Amino acid sequence: MSDAASDRLGRLATETAAAADGPAWLGDLRTAAAGHFAEQGLPHGKLEEWRYTSTRPLTAHEFALSTPCAEGVDRAALEALSFPVYACSLYVFVNGFFAPELSAPKALSGRVRAESLAVSPAEGLGQLVDTKLHPLAALNTACFRDGARLVIPAGIRLEQPIHVVFLANGSPTEPATSFPRLFVDAGAGSHARVIVDYVSLGEGPHWTNSVAEATLGANAELEVAIVQREQREVVHSSLVAARLDRDSRLSAHTLTLGGAWVRNDLSIQLAEPGAECHLNGLFLGTGERLVDNHSMVDHAVPHCSSHQLYKGVLDDRSRGVFRGRVLVRPDAQKTDAQQSNPNLILGDGAEVDTKPQLEIHADDVKCSHGSTIGRLDDDALFYLRARGLAEPAARRLLTRAFAGEILDRIGEPALAESLGQLLQERLHLDDAPGAQT
Amino acid sequence: MSQEWLIEIEDLHARAGDAEILRGIDLKIGPGEVHAIMGPNGSGKSTLAGLLAGKPDFEVTAGSIRFRGKDLLELEPEERARQGMFLAFQYPVEIPGVANSYFLKASLNAIRSARGEEELDAIEFLSLVREKMKLVEMPEDLMSRAINEGFSGGEKKRNEVLQMLLLEPTFAVLDETDSGLDIDALRTISSGVNHLRSPERSMLVITHYQRLLDYIVPDHIHVLSEGRIVRTGGKELAVELEEKGYHWLEGA
Repeated sequence: MSDAASDRLGRLATETAAAADGPAWLGDLRTAAAGHFAEQGLPHGKLEEWRYTSTRPLTAHEFALSTPCAEGVDRAALEALSFPVYACSLYVFVNGFFAPELSAPKALSGRVRAESLAVSPAEGLGQLVDTKLHPLAALNTACFRDGARLVIPAGIRLEQPIHVVFLANGSPTEPATSFPRLFVDAGAGSHARVIVDYVSLGEGPHWTNSVAEATLGANAELEVAIVQREQREVVHSSLVAARLDRDSRLSAHTLTLGGAWVRNDLSIQLAEPGAECHLNGLFLGTGERLVDNHSMVDHAVPHCSSHQLYKGVLDDRSRGVFRGRVLVRPDAQKTDAQQSNPNLILGDGAEVDTKPQLEIHADDVKCSHGSTIGRLDDDALFYLRARGLAEPAARRLLTRAFAGEILDRIGEPALAESLGQLLQERLHLDDAPGAQT
Repeated sequence: MSQEWLIEIEDLHARAGDAEILRGIDLKIGPGEVHAIMGPNGSGKSTLAGLLAGKPDFEVTAGSIRFRGKDLLELEPEERARQGMFLAFQYPVEIPGVANSYFLKASLNAIRSARGEEELDAIEFLSLVREKMKLVEMPEDLMSRAINEGFSGGEKKRNEVLQMLLLEPTFAVLDETDSGLDIDALRTISSGVNHLRSPERSMLVITHYQRLLDYIVPDHIHVLSEGRIVRTGGKELAVELEEKGYHWLEGA
């Protein structure tokens, strides 16, 4: 690890934290976070959490702080990214800064608020983020200037999802780092869906270092689909942290289809009895990409359940990492914790490191974990070919079917459909004449 | 001369791993003919079926197969299918995550476009598949389920014959399509198969039991034993086999 790079980023964090406007509590939060980053620097391979993933891509360039540069970004460019057009409110952030001219907010029902964090910083921001444990999230906390704040008041049910786009507008000459930030406050008994879409425009390296926080009040239901589909020179580190109160339900889908190097940390606290989370992940590796998913589910109290299904599809010489840690604390009796990580290897040079991990300190629990690494089933491939499907089409169909188990869990069919198409495009599986429908 | 035969198998030797399974098969089938192959377990029946469809598990060590005048062994499985070869699998494969209807439509359109025919749109496909499903008395909900996933043994075999009815192959190999079926299912499936009999279409019916041949009556019966055809005869041979078993043929 480059100490010089850590020092440079540490200075950047300290200066940025000191220069930022905002309420005193936020200033204190930034200063503390900058301190935590300066103490630790960038993560390195000696840390158990970073054993399989080198942070070298984060120091390959002297990433400068992003500016709210929406140059060259217009509606047409955004639409050319071809995400489906939802019948929902759209909030667009460019390099982490709210871009009202690109957004299409609709009147939200029932006092639901969607605001810029720069205008309306949320009290309670940062409470779920352990900046001592997550140095990259510390860097975000010190440096972010803007972000999205979504407040769904108690008892409100949103029919349409809220769509937040974080666009990295890269520059080939000036590599920059941006700090997207999202804060979701789902009130007691509320029901909402949020799509968080990380996309990019422009050539050149960019480092997206994002943090998303969500609190779920009693009996709240929140579905979050996090889509990462940046271009091949973008590196993305992210932390998603959530706290679930009594009987609340969180579904979080992490769909990683782009970027050169992606590291996702997920930290879920099941804080009160009856809380339930479903963590689904689909990650695609092509070329020499690396995708690393680290989840941590903390069962602190009895009668909570967590279900994790992360599926990897790895082609070419790509690498996948999955480490899922489930902590069942002594009081957390009647915990139901399931974790599964099946991986499909398509390329001869592809690799997966998978480490499901259960840490159980209670004695009356139902826990399971497992991971598999395999190739496409030869018998299935032959069956499809014997019915006239060309080999590439047959492979594509089977790969799509493998991924489909995750895509089918997304509550927004239009999104699932477009992700399925994107998956096939990014897998560069050739179309064979007559084999597609 | 070769134009008269739809398929010509000559001195075919094949192995799976170290085991030699086929030890010199000679078989010629003309257009419109139905041939049956019977034989005990392990005689090489399924190997022959797999080889015809292009299953990659076997290695041909000698001999040849010509199909419609071409070297069949040179062709990929999908090319064989597009030229009219069809294998009804003994053990149809379950493929989770792929809807049966999607698969059947993709398959039919791949074959149709290879034949120079227009691809069918969703509505045309649906009306065709419904018509064919009636012939094999297949419940409609099997269309929306994943391919063969959770199908009963009989449903899987109906699905195979449904595919055959849709694809209208020139040459169909039925690999123990009767095994595991009760008599009603056997009747239904046989009538689906018989529906396809025509002067241009040939079939190779592989079975362990004479019972199937009461419903799909063959022109010729061959008995396979230890990788060779040891006996060839008319449909009366099936009755003889049923009475005497296979033992008397071994070493013949």
